[in-house]
Amino acid sequence: MDAIRTEALTKHYRVGFWRPRPYVALDALTLRVGRGDVFGFLGPNGAGKTTTLKLLLQLIYPTSGRADVLGRPVGDVDVRRRIGYLPENPCFYDYLTAEELLEYFASLFGYGPAERRRRVAALLDEVGIGAERRLQLRKFSKGMLQRVGIAQAVINDPEVVFFDEPMSGLDPLGRREIRELVLRMRDRGATVFFSSHVLSDAEALCSRVAILAHGRLVGSGALSDMAAFQVRGWELVVNNLTPAALEHARSLGRIARADALGGSRYALELPLSTPPERILADLAAHGAQPVSLNPLRETLEDFYLRHIAAAPTDRGLGAA
Amino acid sequence: MRIIGHVALNVFKESVRDKVLYNLVVFAVLLIAVSYLLGQLTAGQDVKIIKDLGLAAIATFGLLIAVFIGIGLVWKEVERRSIYSLLSKPIRRHEFVLGKYAGLGLTLLVNVAIMTVAFYAVLAYMNTQFPENVRAAWPAPATDPGMLRAVALVFVELLLVTAIALFFSTFSGPFLAAALTFGLWIIGHFNADLRNFEAVVDSRAAAYAARALYYVLPNFAAFDVKTQVVYALPVPASYVAMTALYGVVYIAMLLTGSVMIFARRDFK
Ligand SMILES: Nc1ncnc2c1ncn2[C@@H]1O[C@H](COP(=O)(O)OP(=O)(O)O)[C@@H](O)[C@H]1O
Ligand SMILES: [Mg+2]
Repeated sequence: MDAIRTEALTKHYRVGFWRPRPYVALDALTLRVGRGDVFGFLGPNGAGKTTTLKLLLQLIYPTSGRADVLGRPVGDVDVRRRIGYLPENPCFYDYLTAEELLEYFASLFGYGPAERRRRVAALLDEVGIGAERRLQLRKFSKGMLQRVGIAQAVINDPEVVFFDEPMSGLDPLGRREIRELVLRMRDRGATVFFSSHVLSDAEALCSRVAILAHGRLVGSGALSDMAAFQVRGWELVVNNLTPAALEHARSLGRIARADALGGSRYALELPLSTPPERILADLAAHGAQPVSLNPLRETLEDFYLRHIAAAPTDRGLGAA
Repeated sequence: MRIIGHVALNVFKESVRDKVLYNLVVFAVLLIAVSYLLGQLTAGQDVKIIKDLGLAAIATFGLLIAVFIGIGLVWKEVERRSIYSLLSKPIRRHEFVLGKYAGLGLTLLVNVAIMTVAFYAVLAYMNTQFPENVRAAWPAPATDPGMLRAVALVFVELLLVTAIALFFSTFSGPFLAAALTFGLWIIGHFNADLRNFEAVVDSRAAAYAARALYYVLPNFAAFDVKTQVVYALPVPASYVAMTALYGVVYIAMLLTGSVMIFARRDFK
C-alpha cells in the first residue's frame, strides 16, 4: 500500500470579485509516494504545492480527482491519528504557551495527562525549545514558531508527515536540525512528504522528488535518475595557469570555457568527454595548482525556467 | 464528546487570557456605584430601579460577549490559519464547531453566574440599609429569588444569540456577521408586531409574509420577563420551560446549519 496516492487531483480557485472565474491552482496531479520514502515536493512559489498539501489534509476540497492517504480517502479521522502536518508559515493560538499548545493537541489524540506531559517535554527538547516553552506564543519569533509547528506535527509519532516548506524562516543551524529530525523520522520508518522551493533541501534528504510548475507535474523520480539533473561537465578553479598551458588544453578540446578571475587564476568549464582527473594531471604538469573541482548540473532554478518558459502561462480556463 | 470538551476548554481559556472576564469588574463597579447613588437620591423608595438596571446590565454585558466572541470564534481561527494544524488532528469539523459553541456557552455561564451573584449581593446590602416600613412598600423583597427566572431566560437568549453569531460567521466576515446578528436581535425583539401585521396593512400577501417571518425569525421578546419579575408579576415555571425549549430547538437548528456549512468549506 502506498503512503500517498493522488489520481488526477485538480483544484480550481474562483478569483475576481465581480465576475469570478476559475483559476487552475493544481491541474490533474497523479502521484504515488511509497511507505518510508522521504519525498521532496518541489516547485517555485505559486506552483501549487501548498494547494496539494491542503487537499491531502482535506482543508480544501478538490474540484475533481481523488486522493488517498494510507489507503483511505483523505479526511478519514482514523487516518488523521496516524499523520502529521506542518502548515506553511504556521500560526497558533498566541494566548497559549508552547507547552499548553502541544498539550492541547496531544489531548485531541486521547493521550492521558501523564503521557501528554511526557510527549510534550520530549518533543520540545527535540526541536530545541528550552525555557521559552513557558512563554505565550505571541512572544515567539518566526523561527521558534516553525519549531513549535514541527513539534506539533510529530506529536503522535505519525506514519506519514506532511511538511509545507519546513526550512522556511530557519537559520542554517535550524535547517540542519530539521534535516536531522527528518532523517530520524525516516529511520523510524515514517514517510516524510515535504514541499520546498529550494533544491538543496531535497538533495540532502530525498529519496524521490516530484517537481511542479504552474500547477502541473513536470518531473518525478529519484533525483539521481532524473535526466535534467545529471552532471553535464565540471567546473575547475586553478591558480598559476600560464597562457601557454591554457592554449594547449584548449587546443585539445578539453576546455569548454575559461573565465579569468584575475592574475593567473581561472575558472574552467570542462566537458564530460575527458575524465577530469586526466585534464587535472595535464594542467598540473604545466605548473597549475588546482583549487576546486565541482560537478556542473542543471539547477532546479534552470529546470523551472525551462518548464515555465515551455508551459502556457495562462492558468485561467478561458471563457467558463 | 471528549474532543468537544477539549475544544470548549480551550475557548474558555482564551476568553480568560484575553481578559473577557474583566467586564465583570466593570459590571460590579457600575452596579454598586449606581445603587449607592440611587439609594442616596431616592431614600430607598425604588429598589425596583436597581433591579431593572441590574437585570438589564446582565443582559447587555452578556449580549456583547455573545456577539463579539461568538463571531470571532470561528472567524479568527480561519483568518489566523490556526485552524490548519487543528483540523489535521483527529477532530471532525462538527466537533470543532460544537466545541467552540460549548466553550463560549461555558464562558457566558460563568459570566452570568458571577454577575448574578454580584447583583444579589448589592440587593442584599440595600436590604440592610432601609427600615422595615420602607421595605414594606416594595412590591417584592430585595433579594426576590423569582428574578432568577428572568436571569435563566436571559442566559438562554444569550445562547441563542451566540448560535446566530456563530452561524453567520461560518460564511461571512466579522463585520457583516456582527451587523446581521445585531439586526436579527433587534428585529427579534419587535417580532410580535409582525404577527398582527394584517391589522395594519391591507395587502393579504404582506400579511402572509409578515406571518411567515414571525415564525422564522427568533422571537427574542419572549425571553424578556425582566419587567414582570421586577414588579413581582407571576412568571409561571411552565412559561420559562416552554420558552427555554423554544430557544433550544432554535439553537439546535442553527448549529445544524453551521455544521453543514462549515463541513463543506475550503480554508484558503
Ligand atoms: N485562495 C486562493 N484563491 C485564489 N488563488 C489562490 C488561492 N490560494 C492559492 N491560489 C493560487 O494558486 C496557485 C498555487 O498556490 P500555492 O499552492 O500556494 O503555491 P505554492 O505553495 O507552490 O507556492 C498560486 O498561483 C496562488 O496564487
Ligand atoms: Mg506554498
